[in-house]
Amino acid sequence: MNVLTENFSTFAKGFLGTVQLTVYSSALALALGFVMASFRVAPVRSLRAFGTAWVTVLRNTPLTLLFFAVLLGLPRFGLVLPFTVFAVLALGCYTSAFICEALRSGINTVPTGQGEAARSLGMTFGQTLSQVVLPQAFRSVIAPIGSILIALAKNSAIAGAFSVTELLGTYRIMSELGYNIIWTFVWIAVGYLIITGAISAVFNLLERRTGAAR
Amino acid sequence: MTARTVGATALYDIPGPKARQRHRTYGLVSTVVLLGLVAWIVHLLFHTGQFTYTKWMPFEYKGIQELLLRGLGNTLKAFAMAAVLSLTLGGVLATGRLSEHAPVRWLSTLVVEFFRAMPLLVMIFFIFVALKVQPLPALVAGLTLYNGSVLAEVFRSGVNSVERGQKEAAYALGMRKTQVMSHVLVPQAVRAMLPAIISQLVVALKDTSLGYLITYEEFLHAGKLIASNLDYDLPFIPVVMVISPIYIGMCMLLSWCAQRASRWEQRSPKTRAVDVAAAEPGTLLPGGAPPTAPEP
Repeated sequence: MNVLTENFSTFAKGFLGTVQLTVYSSALALALGFVMASFRVAPVRSLRAFGTAWVTVLRNTPLTLLFFAVLLGLPRFGLVLPFTVFAVLALGCYTSAFICEALRSGINTVPTGQGEAARSLGMTFGQTLSQVVLPQAFRSVIAPIGSILIALAKNSAIAGAFSVTELLGTYRIMSELGYNIIWTFVWIAVGYLIITGAISAVFNLLERRTGAAR
Repeated sequence: MTARTVGATALYDIPGPKARQRHRTYGLVSTVVLLGLVAWIVHLLFHTGQFTYTKWMPFEYKGIQELLLRGLGNTLKAFAMAAVLSLTLGGVLATGRLSEHAPVRWLSTLVVEFFRAMPLLVMIFFIFVALKVQPLPALVAGLTLYNGSVLAEVFRSGVNSVERGQKEAAYALGMRKTQVMSHVLVPQAVRAMLPAIISQLVVALKDTSLGYLITYEEFLHAGKLIASNLDYDLPFIPVVMVISPIYIGMCMLLSWCAQRASRWEQRSPKTRAVDVAAAEPGTLLPGGAPPTAPEP
């Protein structure tokens, strides 16, 4: 117990680091994933091919390799940024591939008839998209996106091993100070459980709010 | 819902001549932009001297080729061990969760939920640092605990999704509970679960690269050794260009097997009785939720 109380500021710093990484990478992943999903359903072949390539490559890349390439490779191009930014870039790009697939399969669950009906009512493309297709797709997409973001929070632990300040990295400071290593890990685990629990609570709420009877 | 003409989605109408013309223009513009992007990256690669002889020289040496191959071998060794062990553990835990004895059920539920909720890297570090285990056993143990728990959920939902009549018919024929499981439910479930199982193995294969972080001498570790060598002018980019196609290729090969299995399973008349959800995109994430089980 005293591992936590005596080093509360260290743990808090690590915890906030993980939260920060998770929030920024989620924002990047959602934005990029949306762009890639719109590429993948676009009527233009080259955009579709680009989206498919993006998803296939990133889904089959080990995240550690991606971190290795981004954090140690990009500086070779003369691109020098703080490690946290690189970590957000790697995590965000990696997760965007999964978000893209979730969004695309969400759009595909909307029956073709819905779009046809909207168009025959004279709706424009923008109206069809924002009034008919996306609201229906949104509902079926919430649960998968929730589990993808939980996985993102868990994956952010890899950043700690590349010397970004986050929760898992605190064990190194603790063991240098000579604290009980097992209890340190227990508190780290509790920290991760709080974060993933919070994400799943938010998404459960969202699901209940939007989950109309169909 | 799945039977749909190619290209028709809820989003776009079937294009007429004018729309086709417009799409061609968009296609041309986006192709030019994408090619420009590729050209810029290639220019950047040349400009920063990534294709100089010094940086690619190491790959000509036999010692370094052997180092890479040994690393690849170690990666595959960890993957094979983790795959076999996690399939076993998954089977055991799934049996526990389907047990008729409540304490056994509770215990296995607890184990499965705990190991699924923990970040894999935290578990691996715990085993490696706190329990002071060698890198390979630590990596394999972490992978086994995590993937075994996820596979247990896959197995359980697969067995549960076999149509109820199958089980009832088997009981009506006088089969024992073990017989019902091994002769009726599991054979049907396995065929239907194969894609989800293989997808989870892709996750395990990807996660073997976490061994790099606990100094297990696997493929990425070998790459790092070459990349940080000053004699070759720190060839990080060449190493990434050599290593990543091999990693991605291995994972894509396995993913392709999963797709093949899923198509084969859809065609097979033997799986009619099982209605298994397609693997969610989330399944490929290390730490992702299993395809069918809801998050706790």
